[in-house]
Amino acid sequence: MGEPVEDKISELEEMARLCRIDIVKMTHAAKSGHPGGSLSAIDSMVALYGTIMRFETNNPDWEDRDRFVMSKGHASPAMYALLHQMGVLEENDLMTFRTLGSVCQGHVDMNWTDGVDFSAGSLGMGLSFGLGCALSARMDESERRIWVMLGDGETQEGQVWEAVMAANYHNVNNLRVIVDRNRIQNDDFMEVQMEIGDIGNKFHSFGWSVREVDGHNMTELVEAMHWTENTDSGPIAIIANTTKGRGVSFMEDNPEFHGKAPNNEELEIALEELS
Amino acid sequence: MSAPSSGGASRDGYGKALLRLSDDPRVVVLEADLGKSTKSCHFREKFPDRTFSMGIAEQNMMLVAAGMASSGKVPFASTFAVFTERAFEQVRNGIARPGLNVHICGSHGGIHTGSDGSSAQTVEDLSIYRTIPKMTVIHPCDDLSAEELTVQLLDISGPSYMRTARNKVPRMYDDQSKLSLKIGVGSILEEGADVAIIACGVMVELARKASSTLANEGINCTVVDMHTIKPLDTEMISMLAERCGCFVSAEDHSVIGGLGSAISEWISTNKPVPLEMVGVRDRFGESGSTSQLMQEVGLTSESICQAARKSIDRKNSS
Repeated sequence: MGEPVEDKISELEEMARLCRIDIVKMTHAAKSGHPGGSLSAIDSMVALYGTIMRFETNNPDWEDRDRFVMSKGHASPAMYALLHQMGVLEENDLMTFRTLGSVCQGHVDMNWTDGVDFSAGSLGMGLSFGLGCALSARMDESERRIWVMLGDGETQEGQVWEAVMAANYHNVNNLRVIVDRNRIQNDDFMEVQMEIGDIGNKFHSFGWSVREVDGHNMTELVEAMHWTENTDSGPIAIIANTTKGRGVSFMEDNPEFHGKAPNNEELEIALEELS
Repeated sequence: MSAPSSGGASRDGYGKALLRLSDDPRVVVLEADLGKSTKSCHFREKFPDRTFSMGIAEQNMMLVAAGMASSGKVPFASTFAVFTERAFEQVRNGIARPGLNVHICGSHGGIHTGSDGSSAQTVEDLSIYRTIPKMTVIHPCDDLSAEELTVQLLDISGPSYMRTARNKVPRMYDDQSKLSLKIGVGSILEEGADVAIIACGVMVELARKASSTLANEGINCTVVDMHTIKPLDTEMISMLAERCGCFVSAEDHSVIGGLGSAISEWISTNKPVPLEMVGVRDRFGESGSTSQLMQEVGLTSESICQAARKSIDRKNSS
């Protein structure tokens, strides 16, 4: 790296802060959407795109770009905020979130938005899709790597574990998963709904390389990204321990803000806290 | 009616077609532990590097195929028809919604499957896949047509579902006549002006038998192999509504939502003429020999004859 490490970390933290502002603004404008899981996932997404992700803003369809599969597609505000910071989407686009004809569909959709590689909205499917991309990349002898963002609640879907098993069997070394471990799902805390337990251990037992990090510590996240670059034996999972709603006090660890937008008053408080 | 020794099962045609498609490097094959049954095993033997075992995990298979299609491959994924249904939402949301070129083959569909019993005997697959936007739905009648139509899948845009049958039936085509087949265009096998029998799959053979019986009564039938259920060849249906003035549909499938329904949807809003449907009447199958079961649920040439006579009567009395 040609710049001091601390500067890079500060730059990424600032980028994540700007993304958070976009997340609360666009869900407020839409009067709907999923701020909680967007705010928990955004730091690891920024750490990825800000460091090792091969992505060209002016050429989002570049064949050998790395792929990002947002399997927890309800956290679309995080994706759109990130694409805004990356220069793909305009602020105006974000403000049309969830309205008719918008490039910012309710759940991320590859047919609607440049820079989106997967059409999500139904949990449990993204890792399988990523595996298909990974197998294709290997056949094509392409260097592209496939990143999949999973929610922890999402791992209750059986298909996730079909894919975890298959990825190891097919020994793909270009597939990387981030699990946004925020411990809250739609209805309530996971421990109330269906606790999954030690997710990292489960991936590990299927033959994956696993690293657990503080999903809001940019230094740890960036280190984990570089760690994946030096790990080439089979698929990799980063378990990012996070707080749902991170950065906005009344949303933090609050199941209510899984799928609820801030009202006018709440927006003001949120923006103040994020300023 | 025991399974004839000559001829072929449509699943054999699928297996042969995959080999013919192998020249295109984009073609990949996915299996869910039933390659020997769906006949993708022949491709696996010759092209193991392009064949992917997904284990007994159909939901994963559908989305892996979607990911491959998004990366420029043309995946052909097969399992039993009924097990594709387990992944219906994956097909709907993961494949069809983004419009990816994934070709799904469900074998062992229909009552004709026989002794495995009701769990495998899909009578709803054509119906449910027909409801998905952008989906092409095909059900060929023999091995040669299955081979030809599968090869043509490479030229269509978007996803497809093809049901193939387990058991051999007499061939309706030969190496020459199969070349006239085209996805989306009905294939007229016999021409007559009294009634049009529109059939698919194993019922095409029975439609021809019925036509022969009816000819002895002085009734001249048009018999169509409507191998493509969606998009339906409405131009042909329209022409036959004019020419024959009444229809019979025949399918090894529920009368709810299948070929008969598709014809009905079109004629009732465009050219209202009588239609009688031969198909499964809102019930599951059971174990038994193919011939016993087809008799039991009313999938016989005699049922087609009765339906034809009734359809003609309705036409004449209207």
